[in-house]
Amino acid sequence: MFLINCPYCGERDQQEFKAGGEAHIERPKQPTELSDDEWAEYLFMRKNIKGVQFERWNHTHGCRKWFNMVRDTSNDEIKAIYKMGEKPPAQ
Amino acid sequence: MRNKYSVFSLIKNALSYHENWQRAWKDPAPKKQYDAVIVGGGGHGLATAYYLAKKHNMNNIAVVEKGWIGGGNTGRNTTIIRSNYLWDASAGLYDHALKIWEGLSQELNYNVMFSQRGVMNLAHNLQDVRDLKRRTHANRLNGIDAIYLSTEEVKKFCPIINTSPDIRYPVLGGTLQRRAGTARHDAVAWGYARGADAMGVDIIQNCEVKGIKRNGDSVEGIETTKGFIKTKKVGVVAAGHSSVIANMAGLKLPLESKPLQALVSEPVKPIIDTVVMSNAVHAYVSQSDKGELVIGAGTDDYVSYTQKGSHQIVEGTLNAILELYPIFSRMRMLRQWGGIVDICPDASPILSKTSIKGLYFNCGWGTGGFKATPGSGDLFAHTIANDEPHKLNAAFNLNRFVSGDLVDEHGAAAVAH
Repeated sequence: MFLINCPYCGERDQQEFKAGGEAHIERPKQPTELSDDEWAEYLFMRKNIKGVQFERWNHTHGCRKWFNMVRDTSNDEIKAIYKMGEKPPAQ
Repeated sequence: MRNKYSVFSLIKNALSYHENWQRAWKDPAPKKQYDAVIVGGGGHGLATAYYLAKKHNMNNIAVVEKGWIGGGNTGRNTTIIRSNYLWDASAGLYDHALKIWEGLSQELNYNVMFSQRGVMNLAHNLQDVRDLKRRTHANRLNGIDAIYLSTEEVKKFCPIINTSPDIRYPVLGGTLQRRAGTARHDAVAWGYARGADAMGVDIIQNCEVKGIKRNGDSVEGIETTKGFIKTKKVGVVAAGHSSVIANMAGLKLPLESKPLQALVSEPVKPIIDTVVMSNAVHAYVSQSDKGELVIGAGTDDYVSYTQKGSHQIVEGTLNAILELYPIFSRMRMLRQWGGIVDICPDASPILSKTSIKGLYFNCGWGTGGFKATPGSGDLFAHTIANDEPHKLNAAFNLNRFVSGDLVDEHGAAAVAH
């Protein structure tokens, strides 16, 4: 349980948000060209990092907008928050 | 030679004030080389080592554990054991485990306190009723005992449940698996450790794996905090930390690690003599032999390795518990904790070879691995020893995420994941 600084609404309780998993997994540009291995990689395989991880969140009980977060999963400390489409901060 | 536990050994040791009990397992330093190394000294890892030694004559093996054995999810779960899963593959896997549980205390000469007190799953809406009836039929076709109970039968089986039709989540029925129940989690880890140790397995605690050494596509050994250990076979049974180990070998797994919470109340006199689970409201309750209510809650939806969960998850579970069991309204909770569970997209486990020769993974048990401990160990030992899966775990390979042949137990199992 922690506070999240929504880039649109400000600081709110984590309860208002929904975690959307690992960020920056790009949808394949040519889905018809993809092999089964590549589909598995895109759909299922995750880094699941213990440490600093880039992830997507949605403010479901607020503005309902998506944004990105850099968070240390070993202690739930939020390192950075940035909007969709923005370049991720260097880590 | 391992002394047998019996009433006679108990009397004999009582005469010397219980000061001369033999150590249940040794505390060896790692050797330079083993035929196989199991990473993770929880129930599943220790069971794997036990069956490797017992059924496959692999005695020059070790279990390395970063903390103390049974200190991870083995010591953090709510000890529910059942096999009432929907799909054939899951039914085979979990009922294999349940059959081993039934004779485990005798086999290990260690009382794992397996108690077949039954597990009841509640239905709270019409879709639950249809799903649970369907699952009951599926279970019976697979030879797994299951019966469907009406609201009145639920009330008769567990009289403290509030079956009033006007509560928020009314009880419309339920299923009962009588062979299901609970066991003592520590005893499972200790019993397997003692059994494995007696057959020559080295159990090395406080030994964290720091790297996996590869030679091309084969495993050569592991780097640990107690030095390099050479081995051609590494079986990883690291639950929530499986991805961390996989990343060391340059692999990615289809897992997300999330905190799952549980809590126990102050001890009271016997009040609930079965296990009651409710998917819809995510509340599971049983009573330990010490008298504490053992309550399982849900997972948080974000990745975290913190071994603690959010307050609102526990609050939601307790709200549901109080509505279903108004008699518990004055109970005080003693302890709350979290464990890190590794969840697969299809909520089924992975017991599998990998693209790296000699590297095997047993993971993805998510929120319900304890029940499978003996079966998981047995089948994973088979997979490691023969470099081929047993027919009961063949469906639970890593390749199913490529082929699309998923074992989709999300919601189809008796519990919401």
